[in-house]
This record gives sequence, structure tokens and C-alpha cells, in this order.
Amino acid sequence: MAIRRGRGVAAINYPTGMNLGGDPTQALVHSTPTGNFMVTLSSVDLGQGMKQIMAQICAETIGVPTDRVVVDTADTDTGPHCMGTFASRGTHRAGNAVIQAAREARQVMLEVAAEELEVNASDLETDGQGNILVKGAPQKSISIFDVALSAHFKRGRSISGRGMFLIPRSYPEKETGAMKPSTCYAHACTVAEVEVDDETGEVTVLTVKNVFEIGRALNPKMVEQQLVGGSWMGISHALYETTEPYYPNRDHGGTDFNQYLMPGPGDLAETEIIVLERPSADGPYGAKGPGEMCANPQIPAVANAVFDAVGVRIDTLPITPERILRALKAQAAN
Amino acid sequence: MAKVPVQFTLNGSEKAEFVDSGTTLLHALRDKIGDTSPKGGCHQGTCGACSVIIDGELRLSCLTLAETCNGVAITTTAGLSEAGVLHPLQRAFLEAFATQCGFCTPGMIMAAKVLLDHTPNPSRDEVVEALSGNICRCTGYEPIIQAVLTAARSNSQNAA
Repeated sequence: MAIRRGRGVAAINYPTGMNLGGDPTQALVHSTPTGNFMVTLSSVDLGQGMKQIMAQICAETIGVPTDRVVVDTADTDTGPHCMGTFASRGTHRAGNAVIQAAREARQVMLEVAAEELEVNASDLETDGQGNILVKGAPQKSISIFDVALSAHFKRGRSISGRGMFLIPRSYPEKETGAMKPSTCYAHACTVAEVEVDDETGEVTVLTVKNVFEIGRALNPKMVEQQLVGGSWMGISHALYETTEPYYPNRDHGGTDFNQYLMPGPGDLAETEIIVLERPSADGPYGAKGPGEMCANPQIPAVANAVFDAVGVRIDTLPITPERILRALKAQAAN
Repeated sequence: MAKVPVQFTLNGSEKAEFVDSGTTLLHALRDKIGDTSPKGGCHQGTCGACSVIIDGELRLSCLTLAETCNGVAITTTAGLSEAGVLHPLQRAFLEAFATQCGFCTPGMIMAAKVLLDHTPNPSRDEVVEALSGNICRCTGYEPIIQAVLTAARSNSQNAA
């Protein structure tokens, strides 16, 4: 009986969003009378940072500072339609819709500015600080604040835009079954090192080294935050979490946080995160969906590390001490 | 049944309420007084989201009866900032990206505050121990641990 060490590796290919009959999201953008911009969505921010990212995307497209954008995701009854925030689709689908809406709003904004400055709209550019300038003659300019006031009270224009992003449904080919479930894939690879006590079946994750390829990181700190938390969650899925440990038998399911286990702050593996950025062809500013993917590769990596350590394949999650001991017993019997 | 009068200090101001006997402090704070910074996660003392500070001690407001709180001084996360200036712990959580959905954050900050009040320069192990009664779903804990260590360092720099 001994503590045995093992190392496992796993790599994954993760689709952004889903395709069960078309995958649409819509967005609306409009300016307030003082030149702030509202983004209206039904996509929900549940802590992953949707509002921040949509504000950045809108600001980048229109050419204003991010703090000039307010994102309203208040109400799925009244907002423009979104399939939902799941399958790591939020940034990709809603982001593309926001870009389209913001482009339309920007065009109206430039047309109003062009009337005020008596130039062609195509000769105008934004400085990213809230001003519109004549290309090559930046001394001739107008603030977006004044453009919005003019649009509202003088020109009778609505500085607004509509955005729609749809991944159309892909039907399988009858002969081969081939189809296109997604247009955009993120990737990850994890190496996990574990110790397995072959007497108790207990697994300790020593280190987790993750590389994530996520398209362009639109907000690198928030990406890092998501990946660090996700890596922890992957280990939690691999070793701890289940509502039905004896599925399909419903007995012994956890009923509270004393029984539904997750690693606490004292159980953390040494975690390393490396981000690779390969901008996607159809993502907003090159983004992909890193969301759920970040909690996936740790699971097979830990399972492989357990195999490397004690020579048993556990193919049911979570990899509990009981499952390891039963497998070791079966292995010894053979 | 007759209501029970309760008087205590919340974040420095006097509060008086009539509550039903058996009302938890969490319910009294959130639904009677309107301080929603303590969160109701499990309502059975296992998640730590409802943590508050009572007379300097970390307590679970979901397991504390309001009627036992006569005369005590209660601190919640809502009372930490002064005149719009964030408490060093709040600032550290913000800057370390130690919050995602935010539900566990007030309880984490309460636990961290009690730690730093008693142990201004804690080791990493002491921080882990202090946070071990609080569950977080999003962050993987590491950013929270780092935030508490950062706040401790900024406190000791201010004191020096």
C-alpha cells in the first residue's frame, strides 16, 4: 500500500454555441440625447462578464470610450430575442449582433455629424474619446455629445441600429451524416499531476497546467478569471461533484453543501494558465467562446493521471475513492 | 403570537424592529431593515454567504435568531465603505478580480475582515483557514486568497 503518483494529459476541441435548428441572437443600440449609448439585449450576465464585454464591443464599433455605453439585459420578455447565455455562445453570438447594431448606429451618427460639419459622412472618423473628426483635418471636429443633441432636437434622427446574428441550421448529409455543428472552435490542453493513495482511494491533485486557445481575449483579465475558476471547477467535476452518486439509483444524493462536495480553498491544486490567441474568422473582433470549455480538459486529464498512477480506468464521474478501490479490487482479482 | 422588539446597532446606526419570534437575523436584516448585503445561500449554515460580524465575531446570520441580538453591534459588507471610499478589502477584491457572480463576495469579505482585524499580517494558510467556511462557485478561490493577502499588505503599509 502506497501513495502513487501519476500524470495525465488531455486535449479538447470545443464548439462555440450550438446548432439545434439555428442559433440566433439580436441586439438593439441607441444613443441617449447626450451621446451615451444603450445596448439592449436579452442575453443574461450571470457573472461571466457579458455586460462588460458587450460594452467594450459596442464602444469599439461606435468609437466611444467604454464608459459611455450602458448595457441593459433586464428583461427577456421585452428585449430583442436571444437564445440564451449557455454553450459558451454569449460573447460570440451577442457580440456579433452588437457589432451589426452599433455599425448601423455609427452610420447615422456620422450622417448627422456630416450635416453639422457640412462635409461627407465618408470623410469622418472617430477619435475613440467621444469626438468626430474630419479625416486629415482634425481641427474640424464635433463632439458626439453635440451630435446626439442635434439628432434629437434639431435633425429629428434616431441614432440607433439593429443587429442580428444567426448561425443557420446545418442539416446532416444523408449519405455520410456529416454536418457543421459549429462554425467556431476553441481548444484546450491540460496536464494534471495527481497522487493516489491505493489504500484509501483518495486522489490529491498536485498541479494542473492548462493551455487555452480562445480566439482573441477581448478582456484579458476577465478571461484569466474565467479560466482560473474553470480549472478549479473541472477538478471539482472530476473528483467531487455529483447529485446522484449511484445513478440511476437515487439514493445517497447530496441534499446540501455538507454532502454535495466541492474542493474548498484548502484543496487547491497548483494551477497554471496559459492563453493562446488565434482570432476566429467569424467571432466579434476574433473572439471565441472560452466559457464552459475551461472546465472540460481537467476531467480526462485527471482520469488519465489516475490510470498512470494506479493502472485503473475510471469511466464514471466523479472519480471517488470508492470507485478507485472497487476498480483496484477488480484489477487484483483478474 | 406577539412580536418581539429588537434593538441593535447596524454599521454604526441604531436600529429597532419588531420581529416574529424565531425570525433569523438574515431575514431581519434583508427583509425588515433593507440591508441586502448578507446573502441567503443555503439557510442552514454551510455556505457562509450570510456571514456578518457581531461584536467583532464572525457569525452566520441565517443561524442567528434576531431576538438574541439585543444590544449588539453588527457590521455588514454594506457598512464597510466610508463616504464612497471603498474599504481596502473591497478594493482588493475589485482589483484582484476576486468576484464573478458576486453572491459569495459579502460573506467572503466579512470572513476576511474578522481575520485581518485579529491577524493583520496573515499567512496564506491562515487566509485559507479563515475562508474555509465560505463556498464560492465561480472563482476557484485563488483570486480571493490573493485579494485578502493584498488587502493585508496595503493595511500594513498604511500603518507603517
